[in-house]
Amino acid sequence: MSNTDFNQRKAVQRQLDEWLEVEFTFRETDELIEPLFALPVKTRRFVLNWVERIASAHTEMAYQFALKSTHALTVLDEAGVESWLLFVLEQYDRSGLQPAMAVIHDVENFQQHRFERESGSLYEKKAAILTPFVRGLSGRALKLEVSRDDSAWTDSETLYLPALVARLSDKKDNFLLHKAMAAHLWAQTRFGTFQCDWLQALSVYPDPRQALALFHALETIRLDSCISRYLPGLYREMQRLRAALDDTAATAVFARQASVLQSASAQSRDSLQLLGKLYGDCKAPVCCYQGRMEPQIVQSVMRARQQREKALIRVKLAEMAEEHARQKGREPTDSEFDIQQKADDELNDHFEFELSIQEDALTVPPDLAQMLTSVMLDFSEIPNEYLTPAGPGEYDLSAYDETAVESEDVWKGAYHEEGASLHQEWDFARQCHRKQWCVMRELEVKPLYDDFYQQTMQKHARLIKSLHRTFEMLRGEDKLLKRQTYGDEVDIDALVEAYADTHYGLEMSDRLFTHKHKVERNIAVMFMVDMSGSTKGWINDAERESLFLLAESLQILGDRYAIYGFSGVTRKRCELFRIKSFDDAYDAETRARISGIEAKDYTRMGVAIRHLSGLLNQVEARIKLLITLSDGKPEDYDGYYRGEYGIEDTRMALYEARRDGVHPYCITIDKEGQDYLPHMYGAANYTVLEDVAMLPLKVSDIYRRLTT
Amino acid sequence: MSEQGLVLKVEEYRIEEEPYYEALGSEIEIFEAAYANHLPVLLKGPTGCGKTRFMEHMAWRLQRPLITVSCHDDLTASDLVGRFLVKSGETRWMDGPLARAVRCGAICYLDEIVEARKDTMVVIHPLADDRRVLPMEKTGELLQASDGFCLSVSYNPGYQSVLKDLKQSTRQRFVALEFSYPSAELERKVVCSESGIDVSMAVNLVKFAHMTRNLKGGGLDEGASTRLLVHAAKLMSSGVAPVAACHSAISQALTDDADMLSAIDELASSLF
Repeated sequence: MSNTDFNQRKAVQRQLDEWLEVEFTFRETDELIEPLFALPVKTRRFVLNWVERIASAHTEMAYQFALKSTHALTVLDEAGVESWLLFVLEQYDRSGLQPAMAVIHDVENFQQHRFERESGSLYEKKAAILTPFVRGLSGRALKLEVSRDDSAWTDSETLYLPALVARLSDKKDNFLLHKAMAAHLWAQTRFGTFQCDWLQALSVYPDPRQALALFHALETIRLDSCISRYLPGLYREMQRLRAALDDTAATAVFARQASVLQSASAQSRDSLQLLGKLYGDCKAPVCCYQGRMEPQIVQSVMRARQQREKALIRVKLAEMAEEHARQKGREPTDSEFDIQQKADDELNDHFEFELSIQEDALTVPPDLAQMLTSVMLDFSEIPNEYLTPAGPGEYDLSAYDETAVESEDVWKGAYHEEGASLHQEWDFARQCHRKQWCVMRELEVKPLYDDFYQQTMQKHARLIKSLHRTFEMLRGEDKLLKRQTYGDEVDIDALVEAYADTHYGLEMSDRLFTHKHKVERNIAVMFMVDMSGSTKGWINDAERESLFLLAESLQILGDRYAIYGFSGVTRKRCELFRIKSFDDAYDAETRARISGIEAKDYTRMGVAIRHLSGLLNQVEARIKLLITLSDGKPEDYDGYYRGEYGIEDTRMALYEARRDGVHPYCITIDKEGQDYLPHMYGAANYTVLEDVAMLPLKVSDIYRRLTT
Repeated sequence: MSEQGLVLKVEEYRIEEEPYYEALGSEIEIFEAAYANHLPVLLKGPTGCGKTRFMEHMAWRLQRPLITVSCHDDLTASDLVGRFLVKSGETRWMDGPLARAVRCGAICYLDEIVEARKDTMVVIHPLADDRRVLPMEKTGELLQASDGFCLSVSYNPGYQSVLKDLKQSTRQRFVALEFSYPSAELERKVVCSESGIDVSMAVNLVKFAHMTRNLKGGGLDEGASTRLLVHAAKLMSSGVAPVAACHSAISQALTDDADMLSAIDELASSLF
């Protein structure tokens, strides 16, 4: 070994020692060196680069990868190794060290796994298509969720679909299979599989599980024939999939035995009847999209739903009866409603109802129609007891009120991610995003009705006057454009000149009109206010004062604006406080919410920027501004966000915002802002204020400069 | 200033042949009664459900010329009332469509009135109450509406936003007729007679429309209108495959969102 070789090896080992923290972990890096140096230089660099990136997440994973790298490169190419490692990191973020290590150790199967993920239909990617697909089909508004095991089933309100469908070699076919599963489950709810008392009926058989399998197979035949009438295109595709997966042969014989179920009038009780005849004689064939049935769960969900819907419908009818009596000037009576389902023969794909009370027809509100549809699917009629308006105080609806759960209560619970939005975060060391890393929740600032607003108005009375003047000048006024070819009025000056021209034998200009041009300020601006602990005291006062002055100015301009505060502790608890949304008016309540801004916890900026620029992008405006009022660097309780990680994440979030057409700007009172703001926001997109007291005076001024 | 100016030829706006229209309810009788009593009419309803066609039908029925103005955010009062033009070295007044309709007793239909600039509303107010006059500031004339004149405006409550709402002072001058999507049976009939496709295809198209209407509020602002169905049906009767026709005429018209587009296409391909 030459001297240079030796030095190189030493240098690499030193690096590895550092990344893998051998001082504390006592790992042996000697055994890594030889295999690494057997690799070509370029490949070695590739491996070392990844060891460093993974070490930033966990040293043990990095060490195991280093050990496995040579082998991995024989199984996969470099691109393959890269997606393998990204998958390792994703597993680590999502499920922890053990599952991630399992992926590292199982590199041989990753190829198969990768192939499946690439050619398969992934629920997380297809949910955005399948959900509206199912919603578009008639019937109950169903929810979609990923199934914990790999089979499809429904509880009659939610369709659970497998996370990955990869039984076929073609990506499109796999998606079709996913779609067929969803359609089959939808058909169970839509065409009355759960209408009969099947749990009871199945329990009389010696082997209820075998009976259930047979019942499921019979229902599949019945539902397939419903689908063939209702969705012929999909039915053709479903047949093709079955042929491709070779499960038609077994069913062909079975289908002949069950041909009665293919008639349009067949119902689930016919399947039960047939089950009695066929039980014991034949084995139930399994079809590729049928999934499984969960009778107990369906029954309990149905019971709860029926109670809930009965209560909600009867209370709704009571409201309608009262309203009707008031309109007619009569005393409310407890007379029953009459309901008719509009018959639409062959077009009968959705339920339309005609509701009447005392022979007066009433329009059915959409929420009631939705509930009635759901009842129709459970009973195939609306039972009479549903049509008696509820007596006063008969039901306590709060038990059914899904919105009654407060966001703040959810935070405290064990499932605190429920209803929160998940955002990614940039990890500069890994050079990739951590997916669904931050749990963000929008909360509301508690309004504080004190005299802070009046005090601010008095304190800055003179400034407000001058602000009003300056901003009024900015307001878009109609501009009169002269000498136009087309317009509202004749431009007399131009006409006189044109006359003179023709007199001298010159050609007459056609620019003889004035046109009123409306100058519109089409700006939407989002203020992101730092509510971290460090703003406590006079910084918080200055922030609130400047928001008041700014809001006063913006009212004059008519620009759309929203104000949100941000704070949080760790990635699991990021909080945005709504002070004013784009739709809120600047009224007493909004002012009280500005007064109510108080210092909270930490400054995890990246996630707040991602969420707010998302909100800003929903607004239609020519110019979109995201202005941050801050007092320091991004930081969080979990140490790693402090320093470079936080700065790089914020920078990436700002880059993403700019890519989506949002212009970010930062106003800070951190005197060291010069050190990191140019890197984060770009050279000209920030202002550092020396003195906190200047904040209220400057903010409006900066806004004026930015938007003109 | 010349009084005759450049004249809009009203007779060209007369509708000779009966425009096809299927009544949803009693809107024809109500319109006729409103017309007889000199009351202005407001048509409310989602896009593509037959408001404009209804106006054409009524103009034909009442044998009045129909002057339609599609309002946009740059439409000014002088676009409606009229303006001076310069011709052969002198200024000449030219009536706008509204003034022309007032003068010769036509039906003036302002489509999507909320899109117009606020100052245009002021012009229609005196026309829409019992005065029935159009003040023409620039010529100093006060134009009294002739007997046959009728003002009608349309508005889509679906786009309700603070900016695009009709003021109470405006809406309380009109007799309002509400339009919604026709019943499935009626809609099928409309699709068949407008495009000539066979009944089974029309049935499926109407089904498809209902599917997209189920998505209203769940990713779509509006479901497919009857107009879109007719477009798709026309493509289909010219030999375009049903799924492709639905994609071009309906899905693409409803949304730009890629996932939503795929979902609607999946619905179409399931149906045909």
